[in-house]
Amino acid sequence: MSHAAHALDAHAMAPAADHATTTGLDSRKMAIWTFIGSECLFFASLISTYLVYRGKSLVGPFPHEAWTSPAGQHFEPILEIKLVTVGTALLLFSSLFVVIALNGAQRNRRGQLLTFLGLTIMCGIFFVGMQVYEFTHFVHEGLKLQTNLFGASFFTLTGFHGTHVTMGVIWLITMFILALRGKVTPEKALNLELAALYWHFVDVVWIVIFPVVYLMK
Amino acid sequence: MTAHADIAHGETAHEHAHPGIGTYVKIGVILFVLTAAEVAVYEFGYNHAGAGFGALLHPVVIPVLLVLSALKFALVAMFYMHLKQDSRLFSSLFVFPLIIAAVVIVALIALFAYHYAFQKLIH
Repeated sequence: MSHAAHALDAHAMAPAADHATTTGLDSRKMAIWTFIGSECLFFASLISTYLVYRGKSLVGPFPHEAWTSPAGQHFEPILEIKLVTVGTALLLFSSLFVVIALNGAQRNRRGQLLTFLGLTIMCGIFFVGMQVYEFTHFVHEGLKLQTNLFGASFFTLTGFHGTHVTMGVIWLITMFILALRGKVTPEKALNLELAALYWHFVDVVWIVIFPVVYLMK
Repeated sequence: MTAHADIAHGETAHEHAHPGIGTYVKIGVILFVLTAAEVAVYEFGYNHAGAGFGALLHPVVIPVLLVLSALKFALVAMFYMHLKQDSRLFSSLFVFPLIIAAVVIVALIALFAYHYAFQKLIH
């Protein structure tokens, strides 16, 4: 990397004078990392609940096995691995797009910033849409929050994650509007970095949820 | 203001420049390959477990998926969340709760496994 690019990065990462702390780090970045740390514990409780109740449902529909009710109604395995794999890939790509957008903000490349921030938002919206479709499909198939332990723990875990993704999309749309107005400058790139950190966290949570919920039988 | 300027200067000494787009794309490709590997492990380990590679993979599907997931998690945290370049204090703020989270998950699974085993024993 060139000396000029290093200088630009250092400038973009230096805390604003009114946000500096005795640690020498920006208070806003400290706050977002502390928040992310607390979110780790929140999702750990939801993931452990899902794991503890895994395979303990007395009635179907089940995630990976077919089931016939005492009344003779047949239920196929409910999880749609292919659809969720596409959603997972898009969420991963969105993480790539948002760091490229941040790179654009730090280097004052407006086109790069707007293009990749827009792509990130589109990936996020697709993921939320995928989850809405999945939930609707499950309800039509007979799996609701109150149907069995799988339904209760699945909807709670993935529902809270989906809510976080939705919040992230709203935050990124706000940043996109600010970028359109020319307010995401290299000096203010940290505002986008905070949103990007939250977005990456939402992504790493899904990196854990995807194998635990969808791929492990 | 001078103190603030000093702090800002100290910050640049603590933090290093973020990686370039080339590194981000490489990490993106690795993440995509790891995700494809996860789905392949699921497909072979469960749906083609009768013979060949699938039969070999079947007993280790869960550990392999956990390792692949941990690799993806670490790559995103290190390169996209910039923990590799940023101050170690940020890493501590993330890793310490992560350790507690892992302990909570393992402890709860162990506790409930014991509970279910005990229930089975007395009935």
